[in-house]
Amino acid sequence: MSTRVPPIPAERFVLNIGPSHPVTHGTLRIQIEAEGETIVRSACEIGYLHRGFEKEAERVYWEQVTPYAERLNYCSSLHNSVAWCHAVETLLGVRAPPRAQALRVLASEIARIMDHLVCLAANILDVGALSCWWYLYNVRERLYDLVEDLCGHRLMVTWGRVGGVATDLPEGWGERLLVVLREAGEAVGEVREMLSSNRIFLDRVEGVCVISPKDAIAHGFTGPCLRACGLPRDLRKDEPYWGYERYAFDVPVRSHGDTLDRMWIRFDEIEASTQIVRQVIESLPSGPVILDDPGITLPAREEVQSTMEGLIRHFKRIMHGIHPPRGVVYSATEAPNGELGFTLVSDGGPRPWRVKVRSPSFAHFSAFPRMINGSMIADAVAALGSLNVVAGELDR
Amino acid sequence: MAPSNPPVRIGLEGRLDLPALATRLDAILNWGRLHSLWPMPFGTACCAIEFMGLVSSRFDISRFGSEFLRFSPRQADLLLVMGTITQKMGPVLRQIYDQMPDPKWVVSMGACASSGGFYDNYAVVQGIDELVPVDVYVAGCPPRPENVLGALQRLQEKIRRERVADGR
Amino acid sequence: MDAPLDRLLARFEERVRVLPALAGQTAVEVAPADLVEVVAFLRDEAGFDVLLDLVGVDRLGHPEAPTPRFEVLYHLKSLAGGARVRVHVPVPDDTLELPSCWRLWHAANWLEREVWDLFGIRFAGHPNLCRILCHHRFEGHALRRDYPIGRRQRLDAPEAFLLTDDPEWA
Ligand code: SF4
Repeated sequence: MSTRVPPIPAERFVLNIGPSHPVTHGTLRIQIEAEGETIVRSACEIGYLHRGFEKEAERVYWEQVTPYAERLNYCSSLHNSVAWCHAVETLLGVRAPPRAQALRVLASEIARIMDHLVCLAANILDVGALSCWWYLYNVRERLYDLVEDLCGHRLMVTWGRVGGVATDLPEGWGERLLVVLREAGEAVGEVREMLSSNRIFLDRVEGVCVISPKDAIAHGFTGPCLRACGLPRDLRKDEPYWGYERYAFDVPVRSHGDTLDRMWIRFDEIEASTQIVRQVIESLPSGPVILDDPGITLPAREEVQSTMEGLIRHFKRIMHGIHPPRGVVYSATEAPNGELGFTLVSDGGPRPWRVKVRSPSFAHFSAFPRMINGSMIADAVAALGSLNVVAGELDR
Repeated sequence: MAPSNPPVRIGLEGRLDLPALATRLDAILNWGRLHSLWPMPFGTACCAIEFMGLVSSRFDISRFGSEFLRFSPRQADLLLVMGTITQKMGPVLRQIYDQMPDPKWVVSMGACASSGGFYDNYAVVQGIDELVPVDVYVAGCPPRPENVLGALQRLQEKIRRERVADGR
Repeated sequence: MDAPLDRLLARFEERVRVLPALAGQTAVEVAPADLVEVVAFLRDEAGFDVLLDLVGVDRLGHPEAPTPRFEVLYHLKSLAGGARVRVHVPVPDDTLELPSCWRLWHAANWLEREVWDLFGIRFAGHPNLCRILCHHRFEGHALRRDYPIGRRQRLDAPEAFLLTDDPEWA
């Protein structure tokens, strides 16, 4: 076991960053030993946002975990919402109806775009370009409007349902989305153009805080951070769910594994997601958006209010919850940050026996000391932004 | 001021024995303070994401004079606590509050900061008022940006009523 | 049954037990003593090069099979092929200790710390086995079934010093 408080040579100093510091975008804490501006040794502390998600999940019903799950990665709660429901469905051995699956793809890709927008906006702000923040955040606000029309809330949507989704698309929503996405594409393209010819920006991020593919694998990298190292792995392609195999899209890959590539790849992914969204809107299957299964879903509202059977079914379902089979399942989806996995342990009762979240941020942040040792303090700031560590899913 | 019951004069007012001056002073100071609240954003969780919306172009907190975010507590007079405060974070929050110079105000944004929200478990502080005094609570999980702007206006009204004589 | 699993069974025979699993997933059980050998085999010879997750499970009061009380699940994935396998390891009740896998994966460092923090399961040979999510003054292990959900433990000051003398494993 190593000891705390190692000897610090006289010409070196210890710098503490966080947990309340603007560059940490939340609650991360980094301590570095530096010689001049160069980081010699570093350590990270997490847990400042440990909200007891897993303990909390053990005392509520399966479907009641949905809002908690959304608050794991709050930059893309739409995705988390449907990913959790997908996990419970995997345990139950059922699948959402085709239209619900297509809507989930839609939601998940919108969430990906929104997540990447925040990540990029904040990251570019970290290296000193405030104006890009306004550009990108305006796009996000436009998308918020659509999300609000769809789910009734801007951020925390509680839109996923075990067995489907809560609401169908409002009238004319798809067309509005396409308009917004076209304008978003323009704004994002503008930012990208602005950056790609900007010497100051490029010098700050190019070749900085590189992680090798070998280390990335050993740390369990997934998602854009892994793809920035040249490994084109994406669950949407490798283990398609929700009918992702029906859509034509590219998995962007970059090869250097540096801060710049981790940023560029997010720009690329915004484009790829836009592609997918267009196809979903064009090929949306018809049919119900939620299963009709007395053991899993609630009856339609009209049925509850007009028939005795409907009322009883509603009552029983609310009071008794869902009873999945006993056992363990692992269900993974490609979240904006990487592989978001849920391990569900069921004892056959209405409450989870144990829920464990496999969050991409946890793996990414664990590699952070290795990435920044030897580089400059200011570079570490940019690198942290490019990992997009979201404290909610990091600490759970 | 009730005429039948002469007020106890403390602070500046007591020293100068000039109530009229203090009233004028109140008006000037409060006017200055309430239109230039400098927030120190203490954002820990999801609510901070809505705060990002609040400072961006659409909601634009600068319409109320509070766009000048200070990430150093020593330069701020408004502590905006946005998000869940865990037991591990508790002492950090208190320390930041202590580092802010007087006069200072605290807005608790969202269910978590105000009461622990739906996290009633071993890890979460059940409301930041266990740690620091709070001036305005904002409901919501997360509150909409308009709601936070509303809270800012409530706070401004509160400041307008404050008196130097009360030690502010 | 897939090829890597066949190879695993051929190599370890009855030391690896295939568990019935839901949703067509692959799960095996191994004894703590065989853990490192088995996962090293899986990593180096069966292509499961990513350690995705470690899941502690407390079975206290579980309606079926409440013993041994603790179990740790290792989620492995093959990056190239996309195959996944879950290794269940029962934790001995008397020692509450498993061997550490940190030499195989960097990821194991934090994952093992988390299981220690929340369940109190030690990992022999881990270089820096300290709390990670709960604060350093926390007593008990929060995710054990007998830890009351509402027992809050107040902290007075954050830990001042994080750096350790081993730069590799801070
Ligand atoms: S109040 Fe809701 S949105 Fe705000 S931090 Fe708490 S859980 Fe997140």
